[in-house]
Amino acid sequence: MIEIHDVSLTLGEQQVLRRVSFQVAEGATTVILGGSGSGKTTLLRLMLGLYKPTSGFIRIGGEDITEFSETDLTRIRQNMGMVFQGAALFDSLSVRENVGYRLWEHHLQPDEDIHRIVEDNLRFVGLEHVIDKMPAELSGGMRKRVGIARALASGAAILLYDEPTAGLDPVNTFAIGQLIARLKTKGVTQVVVTHDLDTAYRVADRIVMIVSGRILFEGTAQDLRNCRDQSVREFLDPASAVTA
Amino acid sequence: MIGYAAVVQDFTFLCGKTLAALARPPWYIRETIFQMDRIGVGSIFIVVLTGLFTGMVLALQGAVQLEPYGATMYVSRLISTSVVRELGPVLAALMIAGRVGTGIASEIASMKVTEQLDALRAEGTDPLQKLAATRLVACVLVIPLLTIITNGVAILGGWLIARLYLGIDSFFYWTWAFEALRQRDLVLGLIKPAVFGFLIAMVGCYSGFSSRGGTVGVGVSTTQAMVSGSILILAFDFFLTKLFMAIP
Ligand SMILES: Nc1ncnc2c1ncn2[C@@H]1O[C@H](COP(=O)(O)OP(=O)(O)O)[C@@H](O)[C@H]1O
Ligand SMILES: [Mg+2]
Repeated sequence: MIEIHDVSLTLGEQQVLRRVSFQVAEGATTVILGGSGSGKTTLLRLMLGLYKPTSGFIRIGGEDITEFSETDLTRIRQNMGMVFQGAALFDSLSVRENVGYRLWEHHLQPDEDIHRIVEDNLRFVGLEHVIDKMPAELSGGMRKRVGIARALASGAAILLYDEPTAGLDPVNTFAIGQLIARLKTKGVTQVVVTHDLDTAYRVADRIVMIVSGRILFEGTAQDLRNCRDQSVREFLDPASAVTA
Repeated sequence: MIGYAAVVQDFTFLCGKTLAALARPPWYIRETIFQMDRIGVGSIFIVVLTGLFTGMVLALQGAVQLEPYGATMYVSRLISTSVVRELGPVLAALMIAGRVGTGIASEIASMKVTEQLDALRAEGTDPLQKLAATRLVACVLVIPLLTIITNGVAILGGWLIARLYLGIDSFFYWTWAFEALRQRDLVLGLIKPAVFGFLIAMVGCYSGFSSRGGTVGVGVSTTQAMVSGSILILAFDFFLTKLFMAIP
């Protein structure tokens, strides 16, 4: 379980998050919705311990990571996988080395097992044929799926996705939504940042909406559909807000 | 002014943290060897050319200076001492700063822009250990070797001119080239490039890690690595020389 408690964060001059609190339940898929610049990526970085909150605290699996050293964070991160917005594949490594990176880096498995895990995960995202290519040879959608395979291969119980469908064609968008839905059934805890409503409705157990670093809404997909709040409606249906 | 002080402070911190990162495992030995190969083998061509032309022009200019005293035949003394003490280390380092320092800066800056640095941390790798420490070790080990090559080729270049244009006897040239060198010249001649290697690697890393502003920032970091690296090399050359002269 991830617990964000009254977290504020100032980066440079800008207050990026203001007193944000919410919880990500174990085994559930939580979607964070919000326009660009609202602080979604920042929130994921906080969960990974890449940033420290200016105030408030973050608990992961009951442990307060706010004051953790990099060494302790490394231990917490062993249990987390992150799919970065631009995939963030390591340019100098092949797809195989990228997907197996964590396992090889920390010698978590014997060599032949890692090869098998890498192959399995690439098959899961439908990309076993690019295993020996370099990231530069892949399309945007393929990179993202390799990024997902890398996050999965570590066997992490918590997966964080930063806009996994942004900039993808409908086919890839659907495929990634499908992957997230399949992982849901495997009991993985997932946090999906997106501004794509379709994907949000499709995979979310809970939805958190964030605007300008503040939480505007929190609830189920059904609650969101029924929500009458003016600012929430504006985000969901800008056209109606303009005509209203 | 406060801005500069903050940069110096950040840079010093980064150097300290990188040295601390070197002190604890894991050590990325394969990555270090790969970097040594990339930096070393990749730079041989430019340092050979640098040495060759430096030695040749020194022979020409040196002969002009020595001629009124009838001392042209001692030109190799002048070449070997000035090359080993100053020109070899400094010119090689400046060339390598242009090639290697900027490469380190742009590579790390691009990794930052594309979130690869964050991805490394997310995967449990310390970028200081994997990227900075490996490049630091590679530069400190390889740049002295490149400097030895530069020095050798420079003295060889001087010999070409001495032989072809100045009519100096080869045996005489080489005897005086080595006769003129003192042990302390050789020591300083190796300490300098090791220090320059440290500066090139750390300035490259600092420029890369502190990169800001997306892809535009990558270009800025690259330029910064070149300019700051070169100035630091020249400044440290002066202070190291001064320091060494103070030692009896
Ligand atoms: N390192 C930083 N320094 C200063 N401001 C930042 C930094 N990172 C993000 N921001 C600002 O924080 C806000 C939220 O950023 P981000 O979390 O990336 O938004 P989102 O992912 O929702 O599009 C933006 O206005 C951005 O300009
Ligand atoms: Mg974002």
